[in-house]
Amino acid sequence: MKLMVNGKLFETKEKTLVIDFLLKEKNVESPEMVSVELNGRIIKRDDFAQIELQENDQVEFLYFMGGGQNSYE
Amino acid sequence: MDYTDSQLERYSRHILLKDVGIEGQIKISNAKVLVIGAGGLGSPALLYLAAAGVGTIGIADGDVVDLSNLQRQVIHFTEDVDKPKVLSAKEKINNLNPDVNVITYQKMLTADNILGIIKEYDFILDGTDNFPAKFLVNDACIFAKKPFSHGGILRFYGQTITIDPWKSACYRCLFIEPPPLDAVPSCSQAGVIGVMAGVLGTIQANEAIKFILEKGDLLTNRLLTFDALASKFREVSLERNPECPICGENRVINELMDYEQAACKIG
Ligand SMILES: [Zn+2]
Repeated sequence: MKLMVNGKLFETKEKTLVIDFLLKEKNVESPEMVSVELNGRIIKRDDFAQIELQENDQVEFLYFMGGGQNSYE
Repeated sequence: MDYTDSQLERYSRHILLKDVGIEGQIKISNAKVLVIGAGGLGSPALLYLAAAGVGTIGIADGDVVDLSNLQRQVIHFTEDVDKPKVLSAKEKINNLNPDVNVITYQKMLTADNILGIIKEYDFILDGTDNFPAKFLVNDACIFAKKPFSHGGILRFYGQTITIDPWKSACYRCLFIEPPPLDAVPSCSQAGVIGVMAGVLGTIQANEAIKFILEKGDLLTNRLLTFDALASKFREVSLERNPECPICGENRVINELMDYEQAACKIG
């Protein structure tokens, strides 16, 4: 299955939930620190574990970024 | 407005530009820009806005300069350690360009005081370093209909977007709410390459100048990201989110709030 992830072509063997993709493919420690735009729409954090990525989906993972100062970023 | 000979010389490289000229420089001289946070992003932004001759620059920051700030907060010098950041920044601006009227707010902006401060300004630049402040700045600017530039940096990455309230996607359209406190990465994962503040803060200052000049295309509805390791810029197209809690169809946020900030002390 082919996906476009942050502008790059990505191939997976099987369909995956957004949450699993974040944890396994992107090795993101805290999915709560990511916002997901799927085919042009921001999806709710609660839906990460509900929505399955489909062939040709365009996915943008947007990361929370602060100012490099205190933690919380 | 009549410029003196020395002002004409100071701003000559602006005035030579077809898209600036004397008229544009006058707009810059009459402009009022508020920089919230005189830190990594705020430092280069303040220096360039001052050099450009922005007539009134507000600086809001409640912190004092710490030795660990100097790696990236280039408006502060070694001798400024322990000095309030707003004073340190004001001194540099006064030395750089005496034309600039600097107004300092030596306090943390909160739900109670932010609206009274931003209403005095044409454009706001978010140079804050934490999520509660970023959400507060967004919400206040949406309520007050003040255009602003958002910037964020982390490790070797940075991103920025300009928000024209009620017209373009806001920060909450992208990031609905702050991440839960326990999701925030440990301190060892924080840190930032110093130049990232310069790259992003300078782009934010450019957005302010373009807004003042009414020239070019603002970074609205597109998040510009920079990867310093790959030396690559990328743009993510966005649009207003109908489910945005503050500027969407069913607004659920009707007043400002101060979110709790995760505590973390490095060393
Ligand atoms: Zn919004």
